[in-house]
Amino acid sequence: MDKTLLKNFYSEMVKIRFCEESFVEPILSGEIKCPVHLCTGQEAIAVGVCSALQKDDYVFGNHRSHGHYLAKGGNLNAMVAEVYTKQSGCSKGRGGSMHLIDKEQGFVGSAPIVTGTVSLALGAALAAKTRREPRVAVSFFGDGATGEGVLYESLNFAALKKLPIIFVCENNLYSTHLPVRECRPEQPIFEIAKPFGITTSQVDGNDILAVFNGAQKAVELCREGEGPFFIECLTYRMRGHVGPNDNVQGAYTDIRPESEVEEWKKKDPIKRFEELLLEDRVLEEKDMEEIKQEIKKEVDNAHKLANEDVRPCSEDINKYVFR
Amino acid sequence: MSSDKRKLSYGLAINEALLQMMEKDSSVLLCGQGVKSPWYVGATCKDLVQKFGEDRVIDTPISENAMTGAAVGAALTGMRPIILYPRMDFMLYAIDPIVNEAANWSYMLGGKASVPVVIWGIINRKGEQGTQHSQSLQTMFAHIPGLKVVMPSTPYDAKGLLIAAVQDDNPVVYIDDRQLYNLEGDVPDEMYSVPIGKGIIRKEGKDITVVATSYMALKAVQAAELLEKEGIHVEVIDLRSLKPIDKELLFSSIKKTGKLVIADGTWKSYGVAAEISALVTENIFEYLKAPIKRVALPDTPAPASRTLEDAYYPDEKEIIKAVKEINK
Repeated sequence: MDKTLLKNFYSEMVKIRFCEESFVEPILSGEIKCPVHLCTGQEAIAVGVCSALQKDDYVFGNHRSHGHYLAKGGNLNAMVAEVYTKQSGCSKGRGGSMHLIDKEQGFVGSAPIVTGTVSLALGAALAAKTRREPRVAVSFFGDGATGEGVLYESLNFAALKKLPIIFVCENNLYSTHLPVRECRPEQPIFEIAKPFGITTSQVDGNDILAVFNGAQKAVELCREGEGPFFIECLTYRMRGHVGPNDNVQGAYTDIRPESEVEEWKKKDPIKRFEELLLEDRVLEEKDMEEIKQEIKKEVDNAHKLANEDVRPCSEDINKYVFR
Repeated sequence: MSSDKRKLSYGLAINEALLQMMEKDSSVLLCGQGVKSPWYVGATCKDLVQKFGEDRVIDTPISENAMTGAAVGAALTGMRPIILYPRMDFMLYAIDPIVNEAANWSYMLGGKASVPVVIWGIINRKGEQGTQHSQSLQTMFAHIPGLKVVMPSTPYDAKGLLIAAVQDDNPVVYIDDRQLYNLEGDVPDEMYSVPIGKGIIRKEGKDITVVATSYMALKAVQAAELLEKEGIHVEVIDLRSLKPIDKELLFSSIKKTGKLVIADGTWKSYGVAAEISALVTENIFEYLKAPIKRVALPDTPAPASRTLEDAYYPDEKEIIKAVKEINK
């Protein structure tokens, strides 16, 4: 595989990781107040899928979408400022962490109502097909979303109209505070697409190459009119459902067994990829260190800019209700 | 010490209502997203799973439409289910079984069946949670024939209205507010109910009536206490039930004062305050000595940023301002 591509995978994943971890302190100090759903541990999915897309392909996110936004090319400073609900945020401080947008980069928007944006991605795919544009729409959702009927309605319509959409399910084993085994029968999630005749697969979501290869194939076929596709990515969230740790924000609600967390730490997508890069001599330790330093500067700068910025002024409360 | 002097938080008052109703009546079951997680439901569901088991206390998949339909179906076949939404915003997925089915069922089937279901939605405003986690949607439900709608503002009413809602043979939408969960108040430990459809005077006064719902009723009392010092005697009515609405109490107070401010935590246009205002002008216009004032949310989605939140949610200051504008 092309070395530049591999290096990009690496720096994109590191960027997301650093960004997510940089929020921990300001959340704990109360500087950041809006609910923040960190995607630490899930970086390979965002980067693997979005690296297979073009700029004008569409991506729709959910409550945990910092990674999707950044991997699709979303502006870092605007996202960090939004999490601080500052005026220069990508949603002008009106949305917070759960409402991100970067239209120029094809990140159409994110919103936390579970499965709420799946049918919107369906509509984007419909629009692309109607206009005969070779664009693909990607819908990112979690294992919890498989509980909502609208997912199945969307699968049906996508299959019926052969829409260029990729349904990407990030199965991180937890539907908010409920283990997935308590919300659905023990059937693999990727099989839900089968009755609709949708090509579907399950990949190791912590293996960037597996995700990328799966996504790339799906994207190509979608462009040829062979969509839709469904990809289930097996992964794990290394942080709480909301914020750094569900146990430190008043309610002791982290139900993840410690041994499970430890097991998944070993499968850290970034560490695994680092080992591979070293082994294949794509990057050396010092290259990685350089990349990390560079990204750390970028992320620090984003926080600095956000801190210098102001929150929207109260006179503008009604601004943006309509355009 | 008599039991009616015992203090309990609003959240634990709800919990006690659930414990007592589930203990008393084995047809009562509770289901919804987060009943096992204090992150979602605070202390309201404490000990319920341990006590009544996972057959009667069901933490559900994220499937509001089907779970609500299931609650309605169970209600039609002998159960008295309570369906919970940890953020009221999530209820919108369940509008069809609530409106088309539960609300209409009795009427469209000639009164041969009733739907004793409690539809419990939690308002989760503030904390920069933004548009989809902060909405107060009481008006939507109060608009629908066949639904009763209650909004307790005190721990006493939180318990009593929930018990009344469970005992009612009709669908009752019970709307509480996360910001009230730590509020302490007198709650008798025995089982009691607060009648649905009855408001209450929280403070008597002769100069002006403030009618309020949910947390705005608390703000109205605060406002009235401050205004008292300036010699303005405000009568505060806590509506408690939006539907049926206690017209008698409303009208008798307004006949006395001739002036009305309405304070409600949802959007102003077409809202609760608009309905009350219409009721008053339609029925007792001749008693009004001044225009009616509404204190409600601006017609804007809930913002995230704390600066906008501060401007968005009205409090006692807005009520005081409204009172002074018409109490000349």
